[in-house]
Amino acid sequence: MIAVALWSVAALLALAPAGIVLSTRPRGSIILYSGCLIATSTLCVTALSGLLYPPQPAPSAILPIGLPWLGAHFRLDALSAFFLVVVNLGGVAASLFALGYGRHEDSPGRVLPFYPAYLAAMNVVVLANDAFSFLVAWEFMSLTSWAMVVSHHRDPENVRAGYVYILMASFGTLALLLAFGLLASSTGYDFDAIRASHPSAALAGTVVILVLLGAGSKAGLVPLHAWLPLAHPAAPSHVSALMSGVMTKVAVYGFVRIVFDLVPEPVWWWSMVVLLVGGPTATLGVLYALMQRDIKRVLAYSTIENIGIIFTGLGLALAFKAEGLDWVAALAFTAAMLHVFNHALFKSLLFFGAGAVLGATGERDMEKLGGLIHRMPKTAFAMLVGCVAISALPPFNGFVSEWLTFQAILLSPQLPSWGLKLVIPAVGGLLALAAAFAAACFVKLYGISFLGRPRSDVAASAHETDRFSLTAMFALAAFCLIAGILPGLFIDALAPVSKDMVGNIMPHQVGLQWLTIVPIAESRSSYNGLLVFLFAALCGTTAASAIHRLASDRLRRAPAWDCGYPDADPAIQYSASSFSQPIRRVFGSVIFGAREIGEMPPPSSPLPARLQVELHDLIWDGLYAPIAKAIGFATERINILQFFSIRRYLTLVFVALVVLLLVVAL
Amino acid sequence: MNELRDILSQGAQMSLVLGLAPLLTGFVRKVKARLLRRRGPPLLQPYRDLIRLMRKDVVLADNASWLFRVIPYLIFAGTWVAASLVPTFGNGLLFSWTADLIAITALLGSARFFQALAGMDVGTAFGGIGSSREVMIASLAEPAMLITAFSVAMIAGSTQLPTVAEFMGSDAVGLRVSLGMAFVALTIVALAENARIPIDNPATHLELTMVHEAMVLEYSGRHLALIDLSSQLKLLLYVSLIACVFLPWGTATADASVAWLALGALVYLGKLTVLGFLLAVFETAIAKMRVFRIPEFLGAALMLALLATLLRFVSGSL
Amino acid sequence: MSSLQFDIAHLLAGSLVLASFMMLYQDRLYALLNVYALHAGVLALSVGWQAYVQQAPHLYITALIALVFKAIIIPVALHRIIKRLGIHREIENVIGIGLTMMAGIGLVALSMVVMLRVTPGADALAREDLAFALSVVLLGLLIMVTRRNAVSQVVGFMSLENGLVLAATGAKGMPLVVEISVAFSVLIAFIVIGIFLFRIRERFDSVDVQALDRFRGERR
Repeated sequence: MIAVALWSVAALLALAPAGIVLSTRPRGSIILYSGCLIATSTLCVTALSGLLYPPQPAPSAILPIGLPWLGAHFRLDALSAFFLVVVNLGGVAASLFALGYGRHEDSPGRVLPFYPAYLAAMNVVVLANDAFSFLVAWEFMSLTSWAMVVSHHRDPENVRAGYVYILMASFGTLALLLAFGLLASSTGYDFDAIRASHPSAALAGTVVILVLLGAGSKAGLVPLHAWLPLAHPAAPSHVSALMSGVMTKVAVYGFVRIVFDLVPEPVWWWSMVVLLVGGPTATLGVLYALMQRDIKRVLAYSTIENIGIIFTGLGLALAFKAEGLDWVAALAFTAAMLHVFNHALFKSLLFFGAGAVLGATGERDMEKLGGLIHRMPKTAFAMLVGCVAISALPPFNGFVSEWLTFQAILLSPQLPSWGLKLVIPAVGGLLALAAAFAAACFVKLYGISFLGRPRSDVAASAHETDRFSLTAMFALAAFCLIAGILPGLFIDALAPVSKDMVGNIMPHQVGLQWLTIVPIAESRSSYNGLLVFLFAALCGTTAASAIHRLASDRLRRAPAWDCGYPDADPAIQYSASSFSQPIRRVFGSVIFGAREIGEMPPPSSPLPARLQVELHDLIWDGLYAPIAKAIGFATERINILQFFSIRRYLTLVFVALVVLLLVVAL
Repeated sequence: MNELRDILSQGAQMSLVLGLAPLLTGFVRKVKARLLRRRGPPLLQPYRDLIRLMRKDVVLADNASWLFRVIPYLIFAGTWVAASLVPTFGNGLLFSWTADLIAITALLGSARFFQALAGMDVGTAFGGIGSSREVMIASLAEPAMLITAFSVAMIAGSTQLPTVAEFMGSDAVGLRVSLGMAFVALTIVALAENARIPIDNPATHLELTMVHEAMVLEYSGRHLALIDLSSQLKLLLYVSLIACVFLPWGTATADASVAWLALGALVYLGKLTVLGFLLAVFETAIAKMRVFRIPEFLGAALMLALLATLLRFVSGSL
Repeated sequence: MSSLQFDIAHLLAGSLVLASFMMLYQDRLYALLNVYALHAGVLALSVGWQAYVQQAPHLYITALIALVFKAIIIPVALHRIIKRLGIHREIENVIGIGLTMMAGIGLVALSMVVMLRVTPGADALAREDLAFALSVVLLGLLIMVTRRNAVSQVVGFMSLENGLVLAATGAKGMPLVVEISVAFSVLIAFIVIGIFLFRIRERFDSVDVQALDRFRGERR
């Protein structure tokens, strides 16, 4: 099983240099993406069988590459199998989408070689069983995605995005390097050896903080998120989908692997830190998203929100595991993993839709779109499914993972720690707020881009996307519905992962009456997605047929209510910033320092009025800008070293020699 | 035999809520009119309005899409399913285990999502006003509702509504501070979700004062009838929710005989009358708030619910 | 004491905290005075109930004092003062109402944690009542700190005193003498503050604390 996986990864790596050649051929992109499609499907199927029928003991392999005394260790246990499924499902969908979308690419030579390498690197991170292969693959993943982020290099925004991205990625790798260094200080880099060792509590705590910094910055936790909304939109759409839907989950994998698996007994304050980071990330992410007008940026910030939700679930799992309540830890952990899967599904779907819109109109700005439901009906339908799913509304899958997280929060009064007893209700409130804001955000996204009337000519003349893109989108939409209606199947599939990581599993779900899910006990709570869906469908169709039969089914068209001003310009519709104005005024004035500055010309003047909205990113101004300034200041001072005379350099060498001799003498 | 009786009981509940919803709205309107020294419309007028609307042609705006035509059915389906799962005269709902309080809140959230989309569909400014204000109100009302559900669930030990109702009706509960705060928070949320004064005026004709009405401005005919029926169902849902959680006396238990069920139905009608009367008095006594005072009002509800949950976390006896 | 009596006492203490939150929410001066009257009324009810439950008749007098002076006389007198001085009737907040209420919740959480940690040996319900009383005191301080209007600061001070009375009655047995002296000291403080408000108003035509600070020579 692991051999199949490693050979598929090797195939992906072989496709990468082939991409250089293929990018010059007319149908080269189709060949490359088909190759990636086959390789990732193989990996997905292998991983799925590894998850559903986990062989004991977990298959592993050692290849003679990498460090000479270590080799490259690989292992396919339940956790790796699950994340391989997530990564490769995203890869399959993205490759399928790119079969159609890749034709729009005007510089394929900058994307095609890196795409298979990116997929290979993500797979190797999940498969790695020693710190060296993990870190090499992690860095390779960052580099290949960076290359694709700056592929449209003529736009200075993209170049800046790439610069911030590579800085933050390096910071993350440094933190992970330090973490692994601390862990491996006594045992060597092999994960099996690290698992068997027993680091002290202080060492374990430091490692957890470092991993939170390293993996968290890649996942997009506030305040290390600043690169995400710049880099994810800059890449081509299928790569954005992979970065948001899949690479952030690889970062979550890194966190889970180290904190739940490699470091033994958790302590309660780790969960406090994770919860205090995860809760505000969720709310802030979606508040940022509400203020944006670029579709892809909205989706990137929404990724930050969902990562916050996942880390909240992980924090709860840590808290319960630390107290020995492992059956509740299983609930919280399964909720987090289910959200990992769900988010990969609907975020990829949404990015594909954004890519379709970008390809059809050339616009990412919502305020130039509108009325696309008439011009691109199939894309609009798939996007609607994605928007409803991500807003955590039944009967789709987003609701199931949110519901399970809330059930875990309701069991939290059992925790003895006072700090957690105060923090968890606050985090629950923040999650509830984030869910409500997410619904608002996606009403805005869908309503402004797809509904209403076209606000520009490109929107009025858009056309539907190709069959491959539509197939990918509809497949993901179908998955969203299935995961929402039959969640018990997915919960049971996650049982081996939860058993490995927290030591217990949720009650067996498949086989319950009518496929209900019961997270703890029948008397406490239960949810049946299938029946809710069938009930609602039955009520709706009954109402429709009864009314059409008994009352009336006539219909006629007429102009919209115009309050006496006929033939109104499409510009009188609500724009993206006007839709979010109430929320901006209530919440944004505090969190973003939002100000509206209006200039009204005097009466009888023909000049137009102007309304300007000013937003400040307080995290950027408060954290990143001062650090950048401090570094600039320090480097300016150090820069004098470049301009010394020869005598000064000789003095430096002389002083260093004397100091070393002093150290030896004393 | 038991299953048959349970299925009939659930079916009776579904038809009951559908049939009673316009009556509750008619009653509230009548009481409001009487308090203002008017005679008011007849009690059964909402039924007549619904039938009249259903028989009329639908007039669709020129660029309304297929989504606009489908949404009223989606809203109606979601609201009716949610209303059928809230115990009214008896706690023994056959399908109550399919959705608990959190799922019912989320179903209503789905309905509201589609309603807001419908407001955006036609492409006029009025729909935009309605949708943007509605999502602002929802962004505070829905978390307040969820956190109130948390505090009630932590007292009752379950999120399934019939279990909660049975627990509240039993002797184990006593008077709790958290329950009092949850009650105030739930009342405020119910006012916000049903677009009642002081949040929104259901009878206004000025577009700039509308929230809910602005989203449905373009609807006509059978679509408008379904949306009106959904709003009435939602009001009935919230009134039943307050009655079953905070006024649980008199509801028939799960295995009760037909006589007890009939008594439960009578008690339920009494509760509806009392709560409808109180709603009408409150709406007449208070003025509508300006739009940006609403977030402070709902924020207070959110804080109360959060305080109730916090008290439950910190001490089991509160 | 039966559990129902405990629950009612608890409920009344919780209602006092709720009334303090309602005072935080108000932005009009007359409404604030009405809510303060409600606050004092709930205090009277709570003290009266404690008198019934503990069978301590002197607490009935405390309740009567609270009802007559604090729920009726003082709000009416403040009403008159406001009308006579023509004080600006809208209360300006230093930070928005939302943030103030969040700070209020934090203070309630803090007082619960403090009380439940500091008194481990005592009866659980008595500790929670003390925690509520401390919350009312802290919320009264919050009102004083986050309002720019001098009258609302006076109201905050008086609600703080209500919290202290609640704590004293809950602790089973505050002698009547102490109670009368506390009540009279509040009256004196109120009269003094009232006189000062008159004088301030005469000199400076305003009781807005921010405006007064300008005269003190401190620029904000």
